[in-house]
Amino acid sequence: MSRKLLSGDEAIARGAWEAGCRVAAAYPGTPSTEILEALAEYKEVYCEWSTNEKVALEVALGASLTGARALAAMKHVGLNVAADPFFSAAYIGTHAGLVVVSADDPGLHSSQNEQDNRYYGLAAKVPVLCPSDSQEAKELTKLAFEISEEFDIPVLLRITTRIAHSRTVVEPAEREERPLKGYEKKPSKAVMLPAFARLRHVDLEARYDRLREYSEKTPWNRVEKGSSDVGIICDGVAYQYAREVFPDASFLRFGMVNPFPSRLVRDFAALVRKLFVVEEVDPFIELHVKALGLEVAGKDKLPRWHELNPERVRSALVGEARPDRTKPEEGLPNRPPAMCPGCPHTGMYFALQNQKVIVGGDIGCYTLGALPPHNGMDTCIDMGASITFAHGADKALGDSDERRRIAVIGDSTFFHSGITGLVNVGYNRSDVVTIVTDNSTTGMTGHQEHPGTGRTLKGTEVKPVDTAALARACGIDKVVEVDPYTVKQTRKVIRTVLKEPGPAVIINRRPCALLIGLKDPPKAVDLDKCTGCKTCISLGCPALTMQDGKSMIQATVCVGCGMCADVCPKEAIA
Amino acid sequence: MNVLICGVGGQGVILFSDLLSSAALSVGLDVKKSEVHGMAQRGGSVNTHVRFGPKVHSPLIEVGTADLVVAFEMLEAVRYVHFLSETGRLLYDTYRLDPLPVKLGMVERPDDDELESRIRARAAEALEVNAFGKAVELGNQRVQNVVMLGAVSRHLELPKRAYLQAIRNNVKKKYVDLNLMAFEAGAELAG
Ligand SMILES: Cc1ncc(C[n+]2csc(CCOP(=O)(O)OP(=O)(O)O)c2C)c(N)n1
Repeated sequence: MSRKLLSGDEAIARGAWEAGCRVAAAYPGTPSTEILEALAEYKEVYCEWSTNEKVALEVALGASLTGARALAAMKHVGLNVAADPFFSAAYIGTHAGLVVVSADDPGLHSSQNEQDNRYYGLAAKVPVLCPSDSQEAKELTKLAFEISEEFDIPVLLRITTRIAHSRTVVEPAEREERPLKGYEKKPSKAVMLPAFARLRHVDLEARYDRLREYSEKTPWNRVEKGSSDVGIICDGVAYQYAREVFPDASFLRFGMVNPFPSRLVRDFAALVRKLFVVEEVDPFIELHVKALGLEVAGKDKLPRWHELNPERVRSALVGEARPDRTKPEEGLPNRPPAMCPGCPHTGMYFALQNQKVIVGGDIGCYTLGALPPHNGMDTCIDMGASITFAHGADKALGDSDERRRIAVIGDSTFFHSGITGLVNVGYNRSDVVTIVTDNSTTGMTGHQEHPGTGRTLKGTEVKPVDTAALARACGIDKVVEVDPYTVKQTRKVIRTVLKEPGPAVIINRRPCALLIGLKDPPKAVDLDKCTGCKTCISLGCPALTMQDGKSMIQATVCVGCGMCADVCPKEAIA
Repeated sequence: MNVLICGVGGQGVILFSDLLSSAALSVGLDVKKSEVHGMAQRGGSVNTHVRFGPKVHSPLIEVGTADLVVAFEMLEAVRYVHFLSETGRLLYDTYRLDPLPVKLGMVERPDDDELESRIRARAAEALEVNAFGKAVELGNQRVQNVVMLGAVSRHLELPKRAYLQAIRNNVKKKYVDLNLMAFEAGAELAG
């Protein structure tokens, strides 16, 4: 088969398919989203967008325990959501292979933190594999299924953004069909009552010891002999950067970083005069090397935050001063991400301006409303935390603060982890007003389906969840719907609801402009009528700007949504 | 060969780099290409790195080693000019798309003359390509990226058929002809 350029995500999907994977589940999250998007293209694999990562992992575990090779994929913070089943899965083990993919995001390209999920392997006693390019991502996915079956354990395949989103050359192979293994009830293995779990823990330690031996011997943890002056220990994409900077050094590279192969490291250390660990973010390998009593340079030189790249490795470990011509130009305006032209979130935030509110924000495109001109958010913590933050604030502040406690949450986020918070508001009674920004898609991660869209990942039409009815069932009696394109009307509704006591839900319904490819004739400003009041500018639409004291619409950017025309007090836009 | 491509989310920077890397792959080279999805794509500053040759390790280009920097917008050209090697070449579109903070009047954008002189001071060679203008002339501003690819093809050693094949393989069928035209137009602009 001919060579292909695949992203790490696509290569993992390919590897899973080749390994005979039958069931895969995920919740979208950059940089992991494309794994399931690619895998869903293969008809032999059942794939779904689960409602969240905990659900996805449990679905995959259910498939594994009943005999199908299964995979669950998520971004790094998704594994926090799925941590509960992850730890139990290590005790229970597998029947057919179970692979959990965690895509970490050093550099926070699109995340709220840069946690290092190799520690999850250590904490849950689960093997961790870490590819350094797409070909390895594919091979290690296949190996992960093998290890999972041989050692009766889920395997964590840990990638990072640069692996997930770099395209490198891959040699595809054929699929090896893996029929269902046949299901047999085994309560002592799968029912985690204390009495059974106690025994499973002892068993897990035995499996983990065997895995440690495996890690010492696998060809995926290997020495590449070079000069004996410098020896570099590394994993993942850090290997590629170090290779670039130290073409002649000796390397010990880990494809399997947990359990840690101590003997291999000791033997390698004996070969070289100076030992470096090159790894991204946390000193995970370094910690283990130091525990062996070896002298090693690592995070005393390399940064503990943000992504590595060749120049960061070079300046930390080689220490040459960089020539001036390689320094970035200063004094340039930043170009932060912004809401798109026609984005319905713009109208909602405009309607919220100048209201007396404390806003629990959430995660999605609408988080961009935290930036100017809206400054429309007090917090963004993790998915689902808008409603619960607002509830906590409401309980704390009571009548002492006149600002109404509200939550702003996207539709996909609401299904992911907003519902439990809303039930809590209904049950424990607070005055929280929850605004659901329903744009009929999971926007931020590139338009995935969710329970409210009426379609599944595989393209099946299903009955969409009725968000308004759901909110009522959660115990919220006041539920209203608005169209954020009618901005003034939306503002009126929000104002009215904010004045009334008791919990409420306001659903802002209007599909994402990118999703439907909105491109209506552009609007234009009548310069005779425009007084330069800047009301339209405060929508924060990228098509609008001020020119010579009047507002101006860039026709190549405008998609004709008409929100600016709606808010203009002089009716100067048409 | 190290090619860094930069622009604004939504300008087609990623498709450009897909086309370039599949062209390089088709002539038997090792290729690595790096890009970022998600938040950054929402109108933010976007860059991709394409590297090809007999063997490539790092998916990222080291600063000061790019043979070519391709910029879809002038401010972005200045933002990434330090990636150029001492002999590197910059191809930039004079198209202007102000960042939101500039539109809101929160910060000033240096004027085009200043940007241009900063470019000239840093790049061994800098060439203007009016790709956006050409795309509008062709009736679809979204082919700015493929016009740019045509221009870039004049500065790389890959055979023309490799690009054309890449376009046929990667672009939606109904847009193939338009994109082939855009490619030719771009090659002419640079020729
Ligand atoms: C636990 C967790 N999983 C996934 C993500 C990635 N993620 C961030 S926001 C989001 C969903 C956004 O969709 P929606 O709530 O509908 O808002 P939109 O972007 O459409 O405005 C996702 C999947 C995350 N940050 N945290």
